[in-house]
Amino acid sequence: MSRWLYGTELGGYTVYMKYAQIDPGLFLSVSDSTPMYQQIVNQITTKVMAGDWPAGQPLPSIRELASASRVSVITVKRAYAELGQAGVIVTRHGMGSFVAESRDLSTTLLRAEFTKHFDAMLASARRLGLSAEDIRRLLDEQADWSADSTEGSTP
Amino acid sequence: MTTAFSLSGVTKRYENFALRDIDLSMPEGQVMGLVGVNGAGKTTLLRILSGLALADAGAVEVLGHAMPAQQVAAKKDLGFATEDMRLFKTRTLRWHMDFVRAIYPGWDEAYATELLRRFDLRAEQTMTGYSHGQRVKALLMLNFARRPRLLLLDEPTTGLDPVARDEVLEALADVLRDEARSVIFSSHNTKDIEQMADTITFVHDGALLASREKEAFLDDWRRIVCLGAWLPDKIAWPEIAAARQNGSILELKVRQFSDGLLKRLQAKGVEIRSTEPMSLEDIFVTTVRAGGVA
Repeated sequence: MSRWLYGTELGGYTVYMKYAQIDPGLFLSVSDSTPMYQQIVNQITTKVMAGDWPAGQPLPSIRELASASRVSVITVKRAYAELGQAGVIVTRHGMGSFVAESRDLSTTLLRAEFTKHFDAMLASARRLGLSAEDIRRLLDEQADWSADSTEGSTP
Repeated sequence: MTTAFSLSGVTKRYENFALRDIDLSMPEGQVMGLVGVNGAGKTTLLRILSGLALADAGAVEVLGHAMPAQQVAAKKDLGFATEDMRLFKTRTLRWHMDFVRAIYPGWDEAYATELLRRFDLRAEQTMTGYSHGQRVKALLMLNFARRPRLLLLDEPTTGLDPVARDEVLEALADVLRDEARSVIFSSHNTKDIEQMADTITFVHDGALLASREKEAFLDDWRRIVCLGAWLPDKIAWPEIAAARQNGSILELKVRQFSDGLLKRLQAKGVEIRSTEPMSLEDIFVTTVRAGGVA
């Protein structure tokens, strides 16, 4: 099944693009300690990064996704708001939400993920009392190791 | 925005119980979950909304109709499923379906057939042979198939086996697809409510403890585990709903979490080890034990 939807404007013409009808059901778990809206954010981000949902792909409506994934409307609303803020999706008034058209979206997402881990690492280094010099030394050791491993050398 | 219902200053007294001064409303298209212990007043609240019980004082409006004056109009679009409602033992489910269809023009036979299949119910069987779970599902089916604009469900998943519970939640999720339909349901299973509700209302001892959007609820509450020999003073730290200490480990349950609070705790010499969201059940129990301020 597929449907025609408003796409992008190219040289003054509106180009209609065809997108596959997507399955709105996400796999969410009530026993996961991650809050429900965060599970939705993570799963949609994963789908976008994996290319399941390409740029410009219309997202299911909030109600459709809520009903298909059996969560409340307000939870999906919140997840879409966060995805919008993170630049993963754009919401056009009266038309619904779409996967953002950014060319390097997956790079942006990977960078955001890296920043999150980097900040967490700095925080725990601070708790351990490691100086910038200590971290630099650890990084150098790590860099030697990864240089070795990329060359495929054996000990 | 149209409201599905609104209660203001509603009071209802029974010999051993009173529902006191209830102010509560819900916009159309929402799902509200009622949480409370047995005897808290959840069923009384639903009975007043359904028109089966009359409030002693206050104003009740359901789907834009003043109750009880315009209850005939309201009841057309209202579905109420509660265990108190008995089905006729010697009659078949088919007989009940025809009975409901004769009263309510909105009856959707195709949807009824779909629900029969989904709930694994046999229409030609008399109610005598039905198990508790099958009776609950039959009652829900009779209400759902009318496609009422407001569904009042009293403990719709209580006493159901896990598979039946899942079927009921699935059918409830289908109702949400239509933004003109509203649901208010009570449950002992806070997980069901946490999953399905947009708004959560805590009822305790005949009064409302809190009624808020679910996300706001879950956002504000945190369980913080820290190290330190310090116990908060309840008056100086109104954000903290509960505190327990065992040796150097301190557990705080916080109703108003913020980064500022963490900084103030650290200033007290407390070392924060973990901060995590709380389940609705934990929030409810903590609220009741802390004396009812959510």
